[in-house]
Amino acid sequence: MSKQLMKGNEALAEAAMRAGCKHFFGYPITPQTEVAAYFAKKMPKIGGTFLQAESEVAAINMVLGAASAGVRAMTSSSSPGISLKTEGISYLAGSDLPCLIINVQRGGPGLGGIQPSQSDYFQATKAPGHGDLHLLVYAPESVQEIIAYVFEAFDKAEQYRVPAMLLLDGTLGQMMEPVDFDLLPTAKPADKPWATNGHKNKREHNIVNSLYLKPEELEIKNFERFERYEVIKQNEQKAEEYMLDDAEIVIAAVGLSARVAKSAINQARAEGIKVGLIRPITLFPFPVDYFTKIKNNPNVKEILTVEMNMGQMIDDVRLAVECKKPVSLLNRSGGIVPSPSEVYNRIVELNGGKK
Amino acid sequence: MATKIVFAGFGGQGVQFVAKVTAYAGMIANKEVSWLPSYGPEMRGGTSNCSVCIDESPIACPIVNDPDILMALNTPSFDKFESMVVPGGTIVYDSSLINKTSDRTDISCKGIPATKMAKEKELPGLANMIALGYMLKLTKFMDADIIKSAIEKMVPASKAALIAKNVAAIDLGYNYAE
Amino acid sequence: MAIVFEKTKGLTDAVTHYCPGCTHGIVHRLVGESLEELGIIGDAVGVAPVGCSVMAYNYFSCDMVQAPHGRAPAVATGLKRALPDNIIFTYQGDGDLAAIGTAETVHIAARGENVTIIFINNAIYGMTGGQMAPTTLPGQVTQTTPYGRDTSYSGNPIRVCEMISTLDGAAYVERVAVNNVKNVIKAKAAIKRGFEMQMQKKGLSLIEVVSTCPTNWGLTPVNALKWLEENMLPYYPLGNYKNTKLEGEE
Repeated sequence: MSKQLMKGNEALAEAAMRAGCKHFFGYPITPQTEVAAYFAKKMPKIGGTFLQAESEVAAINMVLGAASAGVRAMTSSSSPGISLKTEGISYLAGSDLPCLIINVQRGGPGLGGIQPSQSDYFQATKAPGHGDLHLLVYAPESVQEIIAYVFEAFDKAEQYRVPAMLLLDGTLGQMMEPVDFDLLPTAKPADKPWATNGHKNKREHNIVNSLYLKPEELEIKNFERFERYEVIKQNEQKAEEYMLDDAEIVIAAVGLSARVAKSAINQARAEGIKVGLIRPITLFPFPVDYFTKIKNNPNVKEILTVEMNMGQMIDDVRLAVECKKPVSLLNRSGGIVPSPSEVYNRIVELNGGKK
Repeated sequence: MATKIVFAGFGGQGVQFVAKVTAYAGMIANKEVSWLPSYGPEMRGGTSNCSVCIDESPIACPIVNDPDILMALNTPSFDKFESMVVPGGTIVYDSSLINKTSDRTDISCKGIPATKMAKEKELPGLANMIALGYMLKLTKFMDADIIKSAIEKMVPASKAALIAKNVAAIDLGYNYAE
Repeated sequence: MAIVFEKTKGLTDAVTHYCPGCTHGIVHRLVGESLEELGIIGDAVGVAPVGCSVMAYNYFSCDMVQAPHGRAPAVATGLKRALPDNIIFTYQGDGDLAAIGTAETVHIAARGENVTIIFINNAIYGMTGGQMAPTTLPGQVTQTTPYGRDTSYSGNPIRVCEMISTLDGAAYVERVAVNNVKNVIKAKAAIKRGFEMQMQKKGLSLIEVVSTCPTNWGLTPVNALKWLEENMLPYYPLGNYKNTKLEGEE
């Protein structure tokens, strides 16, 4: 099959089905409703389940049920809906269940707006629910990359038994770009001996559970889970380095912000300004190793994060470079996307005003 | 060489579709493309616009704030985007619905009575394609034949009769003489 | 010596944590026996709620999932859609099913999921120490209605069977009690019938079991049974609220 022109929202749904996900549960919310609409159309044709739940809360718990049964299951929403799902996300994490959660972010807080945003960075990476937990969080920048990370997210979620999230923004969900499904890898589903799918009187009964009333037991479970997170931190960091080799100014940005930054970098490079980009693709694990390299690089004078929020990833960047480099912020909020010229002007400013 | 285009008009004028045809044609021509609509309540009746980028190399920012070409199908869109067109750029607008032109001397601003022509030639709803045909002639940003093959691939088999009409609309716009 | 009675294989050997005199134990046994008699222990996946029966996952011998508070019907829906040929049931209390999980309860019935719900109505929140439940009776004293439930202030009790039976997706809705031997036998028959409805893919089955909570009612087990008869049964009439014919029934 050759290239197709597809919306991010539709491509991710198609990719999920190709990755073996036959169970989607969701609730309508702008700007990700095309995900549900696509599944509604296609799932019946492959004998899969598309179910419109009565609420976001119900949808994530249906995912919990299907994931317990051992099948690949997912849900999709946008910021306010993800807040409603956080209870279920915490239970999924506490029960060591793999699944995929999509957040096509819009502006907040509250009902906020419907235009693209990256203001759920903290929620996704720091506190996606109550308790000690993390999600695997991927932030692709293009429609082709979205479909690749749908596969990766399912595989890694099962490998490590943690829920995974694709953190997009409204623009990536709504835009169309050419995608080539032939470039996708083969899905690698893991064995699930823990699944509650009926023991057929051939094994002990399985229990999917997050309740441990004895503090000693709960502590052991949490330490064990965090050991897995450590393995994830060692093995799963991903980022793109763009024109970084001789860069004196390093921009850190994800998703759409990174694409805006690339436009600005191209313009600045044409004028001889040494500027490059680190684009985190995994947000948990945060790609600390990429920043460690620039932390000790004497060429690097300035770090700039470009974000569609009030400054969230900047905290992780500062931690990653251990405050050994000045880190500043260029941000827009409320659904506004920074323009390449805004970023370019800031690059020139950081370069001492010299073009 | 990158081409950045903004298509804009009322919801229902086929703004997203004409933009999609253009992006699809770019993909057929083996270029990098992006298609980014405005979304939200405006897609159900208000103003609607769409950014399309066509480039040899990967497209960085898909949002177009500085179009090389603007297709304006109503007055609010003309007013909103006119000043954003880059020097040397082109505006193609529907002069049956927009009773003005640009004062700018650093761009080319060309009207075509697309809605009126669509009515006269019984091509209902195809003012967008007529305007695209004219845009192709004025800017040469893409070969009209590639646009036509994009139309053939995008119109579903169940609506095959529409292919000829869309192609006729492209030709009509392309052959328009002021 | 001939064995005349055995513990059901539907339950594990774990010692339950329920208070003395609590009727959860009886209902667990009835569910376990039904699973065993129908030969579906190996196919069944149960969903435990949040509430006194939160640890039901340790007691039923089939596969078990522990759900967030009130969400058991949604979890059961996900299980059933993934495992359409397995037997999925939830075991929920009144706070879980009729307060925090009302939306999930109503919509699983509206969808007519082939799931069986065992609903324990004891008119109180047990695990948290005796607060007002959605089924707490008018005038009933609880920790959060210390002067008795004033319906003009705290609202009225919800009759779940009556409500759910109005929904087209519900195939079988019955209210039973476990206050005496006769009613226990009837309760067993109803629970078993609920599972049979599911096996024959008739739609949602919900069995409400009017139960006691001696500890939080502040009564002896025997007096609790008496209180149930005198106060709960008039407000929550036993009987069938919705029925569907099983195969072979006239």
